[in-house]
Amino acid sequence: MDLNLTPAEQQFRDEFRSWLAANLPAPEERPKGTRTELGNVTFLKNWQKTLYAGGWAGISWPKEYGGRGATLVEQAIFQEELAHANAPELIGTIGLSLVGPTIIAMGTEAQKQRYLAPILSGEEIWCQGFSEPNAGSDLASLATKAVRDGDDFVISGQKTWTSFAQMADWCLLLVRTDQEAAKHKGITCLLVDMHLPGIQVRPLRMMSGDSAFNEVFFTEVRVPAAQVLGKVNQGWTTAITALMNERANLGSGLQVIFRRNLDALIERSKTVQRNGKPVCEDPLVRQKLAQAQIELEILGLNTMRALTSLAKTGIPGPEGSISKLFWSEMNQKTQQAAQEILGAYGQLSEFDNGIWAYGYLRSRGNTIEAGTSEIQRNIIAERVLGLPKSY
Amino acid sequence: MEFDLNEDQKVFRDTTRKLLKKECPAERVRRLMETDTAQDAQLWHLMAEQGWLGLTLPEDFGGLGQGLVELAVIAEEMGRVCLPGGFLSAIFAGALVAEAGNSRQKAAYLEKMASGDLKGTVALLEAEADWNPSAVRLAVERNGEDFVVSGKKLFVPDAQTADVIFCVVRDGESLALLPVAKDAAGVKVTAMPALDATRKLYQVEFENVAIPQAEALGADGNPERALRRAIEVATVTLCAEMVGGMQWVLETAVEYAKTRHQFGKPIGSFQAVQHQCADMLLLTESSRSATLFAAWALTVDDPKAAAAVSIAKAYCSDAFREVCHRGVQVHGGIGFTWEYDLQLYVKRSKASEILFGDATFHREQVAQLVLGER
Ligand SMILES: Cc1cc2nc3c(=O)[nH]c(=O)nc-3n(C[C@H](O)[C@H](O)[C@H](O)COP(=O)(O)OP(=O)(O)OC[C@H]3O[C@@H](n4cnc5c(N)ncnc54)[C@H](O)[C@@H]3O)c2cc1C
Repeated sequence: MDLNLTPAEQQFRDEFRSWLAANLPAPEERPKGTRTELGNVTFLKNWQKTLYAGGWAGISWPKEYGGRGATLVEQAIFQEELAHANAPELIGTIGLSLVGPTIIAMGTEAQKQRYLAPILSGEEIWCQGFSEPNAGSDLASLATKAVRDGDDFVISGQKTWTSFAQMADWCLLLVRTDQEAAKHKGITCLLVDMHLPGIQVRPLRMMSGDSAFNEVFFTEVRVPAAQVLGKVNQGWTTAITALMNERANLGSGLQVIFRRNLDALIERSKTVQRNGKPVCEDPLVRQKLAQAQIELEILGLNTMRALTSLAKTGIPGPEGSISKLFWSEMNQKTQQAAQEILGAYGQLSEFDNGIWAYGYLRSRGNTIEAGTSEIQRNIIAERVLGLPKSY
Repeated sequence: MEFDLNEDQKVFRDTTRKLLKKECPAERVRRLMETDTAQDAQLWHLMAEQGWLGLTLPEDFGGLGQGLVELAVIAEEMGRVCLPGGFLSAIFAGALVAEAGNSRQKAAYLEKMASGDLKGTVALLEAEADWNPSAVRLAVERNGEDFVVSGKKLFVPDAQTADVIFCVVRDGESLALLPVAKDAAGVKVTAMPALDATRKLYQVEFENVAIPQAEALGADGNPERALRRAIEVATVTLCAEMVGGMQWVLETAVEYAKTRHQFGKPIGSFQAVQHQCADMLLLTESSRSATLFAAWALTVDDPKAAAAVSIAKAYCSDAFREVCHRGVQVHGGIGFTWEYDLQLYVKRSKASEILFGDATFHREQVAQLVLGER
């Protein structure tokens, strides 16, 4: 073990640092903290374009598809540097953290050529059409069906909780293509153009008041059979690859937001007063800030270690659930700590533009999205620890 | 000893529950949330008619002279439906007048408060949002026969609909409790929009507002002690409301766990879900024990009353939030939506956690009491 960066990694970091120093949007160009997840789309798309143009998108993705062809460790250094520099977050997390890696792993050459670069440039936004009203944790029981008709599949059914569908150009969609087969064996994964006729997107409001997720209805939507990712009726394998990538990558990407949030909290604790002193002098507050810092550091370290192991094995394993559990519960604890530290101010919609009230509410979804904590614990217990299956 | 509601109290609970279920369904809560004040004249009238607004006020002044256990009984039912508007403010203001007022002042305010004709609220918090009365800094000046106040109070619930705002100010070593008409010249009320839209908060600014000194409540007694007692009454009422909220979330989650199927069985058959539900029950029942004890202790002036109130609020503050979080978790995606009513309780739990002091604040009170510092 050597946690020092290799000379090459160091060079990578230094290069990215100086690029960031030259290219980071100035504070006055940046939108203020926002109460919605979709508030900054134009700004973030532009930021993604800038990164791409500078050669700083898809760090570990192959060069021939627009990536940088660097290592996973460098990918992690990249995320860390973004967080460190308080850079804007990357837009298109679904494309970057799960669709792209899945296409790289399972796509045809034509699919790689067509879809990867626009993800990296921020030109095309993806959504993930997995969950349905009756298929959440039990994803394999999904019912949206696709029937083969000549060279097309014809899709009918409904997805739900589809994040970013309202702005998405493409959807990684799971459909049932064999009604007779066992539930895991009749699923196919399709790359679906969200602008096709027959697709209706209906935004759903989250408890935080904004609509980042949607219901998506498919009425006889025709998709060419060439849009299958992986193999027909073997979509479960594709889905697992996507989910493993999601669990492994999401936390690493979210670090940028978590870091910014904690830095803002630390600054705030120096100005909010209690008992005639800034709250940062209160020992209880210090404990909470320190705990948040500790967990965020560990998230980074866990990510680094997981990536080192991924670099060796090539495919993310069930250990990704550890990362998912960790970041989701960490963010909930930190958001609650922020509420306690800010006292009566944290609940206000106009204090710091409402980011604390919003962040608190939004964090409640963290232990549900990308697989609930219960499911992550089941996976860790059964697939990592080898405990007997319970259902 | 019998630690249970008596028959009358149970009947009272059941009729209150039925009435509120009918009069305050979630659609109405949502409609009121969207308004500026969350206050509904018809619901207010209903509460007055039922005697709820004067439930614990003295009979001599138009109240029903009941104890705080009865108040806790109805507050729990209100919390169950997430009742919007100024009931809690009315309780706080009523208790303050009942504790601090002389008989002339009681006559002037209480009857009208009990009948619903006069709405009151209390303006206590300042920039530091400290619930301890001794933290009040806004100083009053004396000008002839008058107190004159200039400055601002924050996080004042229901100030927009209040007719009278009882403003707590510093008068040297002592506190003064000034009844200020909301519409008086020099009073400016501005909304402080927050996460829980069912109970609105406001900033109240005073600019050279003069109140005759004889109008101040409790001038001839100990205003700070009266204020502390009124805070205790309001805090217990809030705790009871929180217990009601927990009960709703618990029942809703358990019901959902029985009916929602995944993997071919009810999700309630998975132990991870069962344990969440069991913990919710534990938190709810423990909150109820602490709250009922505090209500009883305050009613009979038990020496443990102050500690009991802080124990209840410290526990309920964490418990309500936890119950809501677990409730959302048991529901999965649907529990995170705006459309599903759980969100009302998630927000109410956060606001209630803060109101009258969070768990940290009340644990400190308990610590001071057990250490013999108070
Ligand atoms: C903010 C947000 C964004 C989302 N974005 C997307 C998206 O972009 N695309 C997409 O496809 N989906 C998305 N989802 C959906 C998400 O993946 C599902 O909500 C999640 O998988 C849970 O499914 P469910 O909501 O149907 O809950 P259920 O599966 O009904 O679960 C209800 C409860 O039962 C528990 N449970 C279920 N089965 C078991 C078991 N076997 N053992 C123990 N406990 C169990 C769950 O943990 C949960 O507590 C999003 C969800 C949220 C909240």
